[in-house]
This record gives sequence, structure tokens and C-alpha cells, in this order.
Amino acid sequence: MALIQTLGARTLRWLYSLGHAAYFFADLVRFSPAALRRFGLVVAQVHAIGNRSLVIIVASGLAVGFVLALQMYYALVRYGAAESLGLVVNLSLVRELGPVVAALLFAGRAGTSLTAEIGLMKAGEQLAAMELMAIDPRARVLAPRFLGGIVAMPILALLFSTIGIIGAWVVAVLLIGIDAGNFWSIQQSGVDIWRDVGNGIVKSAVFGVICTFVALYQGYETQATPEGVAYATTRTVVVSSLGVLGIDFILTALMFSTP
Amino acid sequence: MSKKGIETLVGLFVLLGILALTFIALKAANLASFGQRDGYVLQARFDNIGGLKARAPVRSAGVAVGRVTSIRLDPKTYQGLVTMEIDRGLQFPRDSSAKILTNGLLGDQYIGLEAGGDEKNLVAGDTVTQTQSAVVLENLIGQFLFNKANDAGAPAPAAPKK
Repeated sequence: MALIQTLGARTLRWLYSLGHAAYFFADLVRFSPAALRRFGLVVAQVHAIGNRSLVIIVASGLAVGFVLALQMYYALVRYGAAESLGLVVNLSLVRELGPVVAALLFAGRAGTSLTAEIGLMKAGEQLAAMELMAIDPRARVLAPRFLGGIVAMPILALLFSTIGIIGAWVVAVLLIGIDAGNFWSIQQSGVDIWRDVGNGIVKSAVFGVICTFVALYQGYETQATPEGVAYATTRTVVVSSLGVLGIDFILTALMFSTP
Repeated sequence: MSKKGIETLVGLFVLLGILALTFIALKAANLASFGQRDGYVLQARFDNIGGLKARAPVRSAGVAVGRVTSIRLDPKTYQGLVTMEIDRGLQFPRDSSAKILTNGLLGDQYIGLEAGGDEKNLVAGDTVTQTQSAVVLENLIGQFLFNKANDAGAPAPAAPKK
């Protein structure tokens, strides 16, 4: 009996937290148009979230491009298909690795800082003070960050893919000596602007929504103690990474399952 | 940092994103080939289209002159009905023939259009009547084995007669 009761209690708690998160998400969406009117706040957040993530995104993109090109060359040269190295790297970056790896880095670089910032604002009772002044912190603090994250994420993913392709070019053309004309023309005939690049951008925008939403939710709902903030920051990385990987599978199945 | 400084940096950030998209679109994807989409439509029926796919190139003398736009089964003749778009400005005689060819040993399949000698040209919506199907490796091997068996089997019935 006690076991069944525990099961019921857990299910109810889980449903409750799910509903709570859904309400929070609806609030963010509801306050977003108002935040657009105070555009300066959004711009400041794009700077904090996007510009400050540039270095890690560019460095990782370059490294992934290098390594991908070297490893793919090893496999492709056995079948005399080394020319299509650029196409393989390009497709895997634009379709999958660009959006996903950029989102994982984004969760680690920008998501944690959002959670810690909001969590400490809550711990320092800044959010409560705002409410006392009849300012809704969700409109003034959370919505601009939400919009900033959604704007920054696709740009970061695009930069990741582009830098990765340039990295692959460095390895393939400059180091290995694949013909530059073939390297680009095979990509041009194999990569579709809407199907591959467009879907990649849609993916990264969805990941931007997920990562920013999780970070803000964890920060806003944190226990107002040092342990609470630490726990919330950890949860941000875990939940948004798993969320990105799970949603990526669904999106990939929806976008690319037909040949 | 001042407000203007932040705005400039964000502007640079967005500009970088736009540059990245343009780079991918023009240099590493097929946007550049979208310009010559303007063309006229021809059809061709094949007994077997093999591994031909929509968007496969149409080549004449090895030069890309158009693209396959759609492939479906003709419900009356049970042949593959291939619709292709040929660049405007390129005319082909009425008795031109279409073949399904393969790019190298393992490459993609494409349509090879061979110009004929007729004085009238194909116009939009016409059907190319002379076609040659894709070579299906299984059929080829089957035929080869069949011939081999025939060769080996032919003298055999003669043997018990003596």
C-alpha cells in the first residue's frame, strides 16, 4: 500500500513540476513582446550571451572541423573518395554537429551564467524587491534574457558550422592537398540550402529556446541558498544537455527521415 | 561598457552570423545554382530508372544542362515517368535520345541527353521518345549467367544421342 502511495505521490509531484514549468514557459512567451519594446535590454543580453560565447564557439568549431576532416580522410581515402571529404564534413556540421555541439557549449557557457545570475538575484532578494516596486521580474529580468538566448543561439551555431568547414578546408586543401575546386564544388552539388542549412538553423533556434528556458527556470526556482544555486547550476547543464540530445533525435527523425 | 559600445559589439556579432550564412549558402551549398532554375520541361519514359533520384543532373556531352524535377510511375504503361527541366536557351532536336548513366563506377546516376539530327526542336512539355534504361547490375549478372549456362548446356543434349 505504502509503495503504491509513494508511486502516486511521485507521479503527482512530477506532473505538478511539469505544469509549473509549462506555466513559466507560457509567462516567458507572454512577456516577450513587451520586452521587445525595451530593445536595449535584449541587446545587452545578446551581448552577454552571444558575444561572450564567441571565443569558445569559434575555438571548438575549428577543432571539430580539423579533427573531423582528418578522421574522415582516413576512412574515405580507402575507397578513393577523398574528394568528397568536404561534403561529409559540411553535411555533418550543418545538419547535426553545428546545432548540437553549439547548444551543449551554450548550455555550459551561457546557461550556467544565466542560472547563477538569476539564482543569486533571488538569493539576494533583488527579485522580491522588484516585485515590491510593482515591477514584474519575469518581464524586466527574464524575458529579455529569453529573447537574447533565442537570437544568439542560431548565430552561434552558424558560426560553429562555418568555422568548422573552414577548418576542414585548412586540413583538406592546405595539409592533405585535395583539389580546392573539387572540395567546394562537391559541397555545392550535395548540400541543399533549405533542406540541410535551413533545417539546421531551425534546429538551433529550437535548442536556443530549450537551453535558455531551462537555465532561466532553474535560476528562478532555485532554493535561495549557496547550495541551492550550486544545485540549480548543475541541473541546468544536465537538463538542457539531455533535452537538446532528446529533441535533436525527434527533430532529425522529422526532418531527415525521408531520403 | 557604454551602451553604444555594447550595441556596436552586438551589431558585429549579428553581422558575423549573416556573413557565416552567406558563406555557407554561396560557397558550401547550392544557392548559387538556383539562379539558372529558369527552364522548360521535358518528359521521358524509362522501362527502369535504376537509382535515379529527383534533382539529379541532366547532361549533354557531359555538360550539365538541367535537372530532374520529379519521378513517378506512369499508371498506364508501368514505366518510370521522369520530368526534367532543361535550361532555357538550349534547344534539342526532336529525335534526341535520353539514357540513364552512372557517374563513374559507384557514382550517382544522371540522365544523358544525346542530340539527334531532326530539324525541328523539342518544345516545352514534349516527351523524349528514344530512351535507354538504367543498367541494373543484377540483371546484367543474371543475363551473363544465363548465357554461360546456355553455352555450357548446348552441347550436353547432343552427347547421349550417340
